[in-house]
Amino acid sequence: MARVLINGEERQIEAAPDTPLLWVLRDELGLTGTKFGCGAGLCGACTVHVDGVPVRSCSTAIEDVEGSAVTTIEAVDGRAAEAVQAAWEKLDVVQCGYCQSGQVMSAIALLSENRKPTDDDIDAAMEGNVCRCATYVRIRAAIHEAAKIMEG
Amino acid sequence: MLTGLKESAAVAASRPTTGPEASRRQFLKASAVAGTGLIIGMTLPLGNKLARAATGGAAAVDPNAFIRIAPDNSVTVLIKHIEFGQGAFTGLSTLVAEELDADWGQMRAEHAPANAALYNNLHWGPMQGTGGSSSIANAYMQMRQAGAAARAMLVMAAAELWGVSPKDIAVAKGVVSHAASGKRATFGELADRAAAMEPPADIPLKDPADFTLIGKHAPRLDSRAKTRGEAVYTIDKSLPGMLTAVLARPPVFGATVKSFDDSAARAVPGVTDVVVVPRGIAVLGKGYWAAVNGRDALDIDWDESTGETRGSAEMMAEYKTLADQPGLMARNDGAVEDALASAAKVLEADYEFPFLAHAPMEPLDCLVQLGPDSCEIWTGSQIPTVDQGAAAAIAGLKPEQVTIHTLLAGGSFGRRATPNADMVSEAVTVAMAIGGRAPVKVVWTREDDIQVGRYRPMYFHRLRAGLDDQGNLIGWHHRIVGQSILRNTPFADFLIKNGIDQTSVEGANNLPYAIPNLAVDLHTTDVAVPVLWWRAVGSTHTAYSAEAFLDELAEAAGRDPVEFRLAMLKDHPRHAAVLKLAAEKAGWGTPLPQGRSRGIALHESFNSYVAQVAEISVAGDGQIKVEKVVCAVDCGLAVNPDQVKAQMEGGIGYGLGAILHDAITLDGGRVEQSNFHDYQSLRINEMPEVEVHIMPSAEPPTGVGEPGVPPIGPAVANAVYAATGRRIRQLPMALHGLTGA
Repeated sequence: MARVLINGEERQIEAAPDTPLLWVLRDELGLTGTKFGCGAGLCGACTVHVDGVPVRSCSTAIEDVEGSAVTTIEAVDGRAAEAVQAAWEKLDVVQCGYCQSGQVMSAIALLSENRKPTDDDIDAAMEGNVCRCATYVRIRAAIHEAAKIMEG
Repeated sequence: MLTGLKESAAVAASRPTTGPEASRRQFLKASAVAGTGLIIGMTLPLGNKLARAATGGAAAVDPNAFIRIAPDNSVTVLIKHIEFGQGAFTGLSTLVAEELDADWGQMRAEHAPANAALYNNLHWGPMQGTGGSSSIANAYMQMRQAGAAARAMLVMAAAELWGVSPKDIAVAKGVVSHAASGKRATFGELADRAAAMEPPADIPLKDPADFTLIGKHAPRLDSRAKTRGEAVYTIDKSLPGMLTAVLARPPVFGATVKSFDDSAARAVPGVTDVVVVPRGIAVLGKGYWAAVNGRDALDIDWDESTGETRGSAEMMAEYKTLADQPGLMARNDGAVEDALASAAKVLEADYEFPFLAHAPMEPLDCLVQLGPDSCEIWTGSQIPTVDQGAAAAIAGLKPEQVTIHTLLAGGSFGRRATPNADMVSEAVTVAMAIGGRAPVKVVWTREDDIQVGRYRPMYFHRLRAGLDDQGNLIGWHHRIVGQSILRNTPFADFLIKNGIDQTSVEGANNLPYAIPNLAVDLHTTDVAVPVLWWRAVGSTHTAYSAEAFLDELAEAAGRDPVEFRLAMLKDHPRHAAVLKLAAEKAGWGTPLPQGRSRGIALHESFNSYVAQVAEISVAGDGQIKVEKVVCAVDCGLAVNPDQVKAQMEGGIGYGLGAILHDAITLDGGRVEQSNFHDYQSLRINEMPEVEVHIMPSAEPPTGVGEPGVPPIGPAVANAVYAATGRRIRQLPMALHGLTGA
């Protein structure tokens, strides 16, 4: 039975050790903000932070995050998170919105490491996150906007 | 095994309607209503009001069907269309808020229930549904009238309360006031009293010059929830005791289960049931992970004798052969063959378009809870009337016994609008197969979505056209070969005319250019691959072949592609205007930096006109980079210009991903692609800069969800020709060594 720190709370996980973190979050813990898109680490809809690093939870076994700190969209906070979410809302980035938890988590991770990302930095950090509505123009603009908010 | 379904149906129907089970269900129902947060302040029994409305004795639109004003001063609009990204929540609420003189901050939106009488798509006849980029277009007057009627009721309530004349009452930003007495009230304060008012029959709507929200900026109502992981989609919905189901569906279309061994599946921890249903075998379990592992552990012997076992290459070869023969005529102006025989120059080109999957981000899903005489469904229902009817037929209920809770959907692009309600039907059969013992949520894997879905049909086009010695286009023949989307569906009656499925030829048979001799004919093929409309439907292929071929003709005529088109658009000023606007904004004809080239395309779909100029670079290794797209759109009055822009951006990205990368191919009837690694979506590094120009217009609003898609393919193809001298007539471009970057 894995013990994992999830959103600041230590949880005893009942699921089998090889169960993907995504399904533990969604089906066992009811944290449904993290989405299922492909089940194969190809689309980024399931992105969460494990010890601050963006990780595809659909392809990460719960046993592999034993002892780690997992943060999901429900609890992510801090300066970068506030800036990203404010910028996302200001620019009305979302359309269907299904991929956006993952987009936001990837963008927060980027800005936590790199306060002034270039377009190339954004491409490198965000190309693992698919948006079928193709909100990419606004994702890019919102990341620049968030960087500006963080500066100010 | 296959009789299991009927037996379950009998069990469900014979269950007594009283007892603890029923009362528990009733309690849950009551809780569900309370839990939706609908504090109904302004609401009236609908029956008498509607009856009067029907006889013309009251307001044309009953505001109570669409608007709820709560004592907390929130105004909730019941949205009769699904919100799946296109902005229906925000757009329809804007229409209401404008005429209601509400404050945007007090507006909320939620999905209306399934009720074709109240929530009919006014463009579709008696059917509730979303599609054909029609939400704003059909609801434009209706939602404004609802808002105006509710405003009138609030004014009457205030007049009565304050003992003043309604004429002296003003409403602005959610506040009702009387200047002389200084009295003021919020909507919430007046809601209860207003509910008793009778809205007048004839309420004048605002002069567009007085609009404060329509045509201005109204932020999306769903941005905050969707940015914070709080928005609830079907996959997020759960009920006490719910089981998750994943299905094994046939590996070739039309195959059936011969025999199977489910012992390994049943041994998977958490698996509770394995049931045979018409669409395959469902494995149910506590949570997705148990269900999918159970499904994958099934050992199934399929009977493929009734299946479609041809490969897509074989089908395309058959299509090509068919194209040598005349098809059914969809349009025939003048005498095309004579014109081609007399032409100074004749060009001919064949185009090949693959099957395409929709691949919405949220895989298909549907939650069903059966009761003794009820069926409750939670899903992203795009055509609730069809879904409700299909569920009722399967469950042996009346449609009104089927409740549909439409939830936000993670995209659709057409996939959730299935004329046979595939997603809902199959979920109901699974729930019935366990006798309604527990609520069941069917979840499709991404592989299911790609491999056993429904597709934009594969098409073959042959175009022939003739130029006279002045370089004028005098004859045009467009032959289309492919499957009908609508054959054997409830839509066939009004969209298949004289054997011609309008969705097969749209965009070709309404070609706007003045060509004196013009024919379009169609071969409808007999293939058992399930097909479906895909964002922009027929225009996804007709715009490509027509606009790419026009580029060839302009070159053969020695004329500029923009001037060549404009000369043939004298009777189509709206087409001509967007073409000119896009060309002008893109600097058409001005020199480009080294390594850049441009292409242009124009297309009307869903009564909106869109022209796009693509500016691309092609690296030595064949990597195409679409650097920038300049888009001009005429969608009539733009209710929310920023969302019009968003739909153009999204349509361009969706279309570009498909033309660069995507094909669903079949080998021996089996789909060869499975997930986003081999059915690729456009990614952020491939997304061009997009500049959108909206044509100012006072015409009624038309759609924007789909019309941004069709021009991007041919605009890029024409730019690729300008860059490389290669005409790409077979999609995707990746087949030609051209990849996105």
